Amino acid sequence: MITAERKPLEEIIDYVKPFKRILLLGCNECVTVCAAGGRKEVGLLASGLQMAMLKAGSSIEIREHTLERQCDPEYVEELVPMIDGADAILSMACGCGVQQLAMRFKDKPVFPAVNTKFMGGSQRQGVWDERCQGCGDCLLGITGGICPIARCAKQLMNGPCGGSCDGKCEIGEDVECAWHLIWERLKALGLQDRYLEIMPAKDWRPAGGAGPRKIIREDLAE
Amino acid sequence: MESFEPVIVAFCCHYCAYTAADMAGSQRLPYPSNVKIVRVPCSGKVDALHILKAFEKGADGVYVAGCLEGDCHFKNGNDKAARRVDYVKRYLEEIGIESERLMMVRMSAGMGARFAQVATEMTEKIRRLGPSPIKAAAA
Repeated sequence: MITAERKPLEEIIDYVKPFKRILLLGCNECVTVCAAGGRKEVGLLASGLQMAMLKAGSSIEIREHTLERQCDPEYVEELVPMIDGADAILSMACGCGVQQLAMRFKDKPVFPAVNTKFMGGSQRQGVWDERCQGCGDCLLGITGGICPIARCAKQLMNGPCGGSCDGKCEIGEDVECAWHLIWERLKALGLQDRYLEIMPAKDWRPAGGAGPRKIIREDLAE
Repeated sequence: MESFEPVIVAFCCHYCAYTAADMAGSQRLPYPSNVKIVRVPCSGKVDALHILKAFEKGADGVYVAGCLEGDCHFKNGNDKAARRVDYVKRYLEEIGIESERLMMVRMSAGMGARFAQVATEMTEKIRRLGPSPIKAAAA
């Protein structure tokens, strides 16, 4: 999923303080699962904003709404009846959702209330780790299901580097060395031979190096 | 300020603090009427939004009262509540509300005296802090 964290309240207040009526929008997908921008977080932010603004001597009218998905135009269309009642939109969705809103409602200022972080997996309740950088050319089939792009600080294709010590990365004791994990996993699977194959330098064009990426499915696209 | 009577919301677990409040009553132990009790099935049921709404609606102080460590009827709802209270305390500071206005306390059902003591101490603390800045701004 795409993970996110709420921005500091101070930054959000700076965005919205010139406006009187705010449409605060959550998203029922990834940001709900990572407890950053679902219906509950919308309620918490609305309440916090109301109180902070009141304390600062001003008032703000906040309408709360949570869409099934902010990154799909079908759901964004639901907002049409309520958009006139807002001076600005504050979105708790990931950057995709924020941009979808900005594209649809061209005359409304749209502000992000969260920082979109990474594509990650949940390790346990309340803990998410980065697992994928969307490089466009998945290597997991040859690296034992462990990604050296998302999980190696140097994104090495043939690791580990000299900074790997007792399975940990030199950047921090709590960071596992991806290449150590890859080696251990390949060994457990009896696939050590794969480790000996030198991987060529990665082509970063599918990773975004050739500009914004796009997928067109001819059979689906209208 | 002398006439200030704080409004304090106490979210009390049915299995401990709520029964302790009953116990305090049975024992004729006085505690301030400033404390408004909301009975919950477990302190772990208390959501960040409940606490925040209490402040938004005019509470000067809030506390969540759960079972003693290891005694939760639902395994660990009290520990979850304690972590949630810590989280909301940080958020309150961001909003501009003193985090001392929120507290997590633990007690057993038999601790009537402790219930009365906590209610008294919290009331005194909030009285010293004065009205919630939100209530003051709304006035």
